[in-house]
Amino acid sequence: MESDKKIIVTVSGIDKTGIVAKITTKLAKYNVNIEDIKQSICQGYFVMFLLGGIENSKYSFREIKEALLEVGNELELEVWVQKRKIFDNMHKI
Amino acid sequence: MFDAESILETINMIKVNNLDIRTVTLSLSLRDCANNDIKKVGENIRNKILKYAKNLYCYASEIENEYSIPIVNKRIAVTPISLVGESSKDMDYVYLAKILDEVASEVNVDFIGGYSALVEKGFTKGDLALIESIPEALSSTNKVCSSINLASSKAGINMNAVLKMSKIIKNTAEMTANEDGIGAAKLVCFCNAPNDNPFMAGAFHGVGEHECQLNIGVSGPGVVSAAIEKLPKDADFGTLANSIKKIAFKITTTGELVGRELAKKLNIPFGVIDLSLAPTPNPGDSVAGIFKAMGLEHAGACGTTAALAMLNDAVKKGGIMASSYVGGLSGAFIPVSEDALMIDAVKRGCLTFDKLEAMTSVCSVGLDMIAIPGETPSDTIAGIIADEMAIGMINKKTTAVRVIPVPNKKIGDMAIYGGLLGEAPIMKVNTLCSSGFVNHGGQIPAPIHSLNN
Repeated sequence: MESDKKIIVTVSGIDKTGIVAKITTKLAKYNVNIEDIKQSICQGYFVMFLLGGIENSKYSFREIKEALLEVGNELELEVWVQKRKIFDNMHKI
Repeated sequence: MFDAESILETINMIKVNNLDIRTVTLSLSLRDCANNDIKKVGENIRNKILKYAKNLYCYASEIENEYSIPIVNKRIAVTPISLVGESSKDMDYVYLAKILDEVASEVNVDFIGGYSALVEKGFTKGDLALIESIPEALSSTNKVCSSINLASSKAGINMNAVLKMSKIIKNTAEMTANEDGIGAAKLVCFCNAPNDNPFMAGAFHGVGEHECQLNIGVSGPGVVSAAIEKLPKDADFGTLANSIKKIAFKITTTGELVGRELAKKLNIPFGVIDLSLAPTPNPGDSVAGIFKAMGLEHAGACGTTAALAMLNDAVKKGGIMASSYVGGLSGAFIPVSEDALMIDAVKRGCLTFDKLEAMTSVCSVGLDMIAIPGETPSDTIAGIIADEMAIGMINKKTTAVRVIPVPNKKIGDMAIYGGLLGEAPIMKVNTLCSSGFVNHGGQIPAPIHSLNN
């Protein structure tokens, strides 16, 4: 499976308005295509998982990651941006 | 499509349970660097390491960022230097050690291993010169690590070398007395040394290996503890072993991914993945913590050797299932100074030197990072080494000794090293005299490989 150009973004922290909007706006700005998204709120705690395709982005993985981490800092949320391969390798036989 | 639970599990393994890539080790042959002029040897070594390793640090950092998994150390392992310097008229091995240290700093790696000799059956002139140079080499460099193979299941134990190394270990510790004998923390004696081990102080590039390859060492005792803690307290041993195997599988596949990606970027072959549960002094990153999770009161309790045997075996089985190229030491390390709970067990008197020796018969390496009183006679150290070599020789496994006779310190004092090397309480060693035995000289013959009992 070609997952080198797929990224998983995981966002977690205290729920507040505009989290999804700010993250997805940033993704759009960096030409990252959202292929799947899941979110849930548990006892006021927000968690979002997002699968993005970076094949059509003119930005590097590092630039995209830095931009998303910056949003995390602004909103005081924990943001992880990882290539999807690590999950495919770890959890699939 | 993705599985949210798997994503959270991975992030927790890294964030909460300290899963990390302990080391990416560029393993490089220096056999073509030999020359009769030692200055030329140094120049060849420098040029070759710079050529192959110049991008190691930045590519490793790139991968660390892509997968958000820490790569704790970047290292280089080279051909045993005794072989590389032996053709020179002036066998100035300390000069080569300094070159290795300088070039390691230039390419920004944490350690460089291979200041080594393989003398399980006898010494060549180069081997002897290298061994004699170890105290000066390790006390005048920071990143160089040294290992000497003294025994094997095929050759027996070179007791002349054991005796010599016991004195070299003491000298090395004394020459670094102001840092609690740290030189001896970068020096290890082996039986059945592996050719592709990425871990220090024992990494070197074996003679049967590629020109250059990338070996990777993955760790994660905290991840194993967490997996065991999730099981019901009355889970049977089959369930316990299975849960360790599953987690070892996950750690290994992740390590292999990182290793293969980095090897591809460096344009060199991928060598092996060494899945070794290597503790760090950080909370939760402890092999002794796994014993507690298994239900022992503390490391050293009766049952610890059995727990370690099962752990070591299950880790290997999980790793083997995950990758066809498992190598190095693979298993569980039990370095005292590097494991906060092992340190605690020693301080409380729960874990003794003798129990540690028993544990080495089933762990993946041996007596590791154990501080002993500086006044321990070298003949006693020779006895310690001989015992450990015998365990490896008879059981056809790798064993090693990395003990530090800490100058001017007595039982109960602490030796402080910092970083991954941690700190060690000075341990009591049997004070009976070993001199009459270790001074016989010659070789303990190779053991019989049948009639096993």
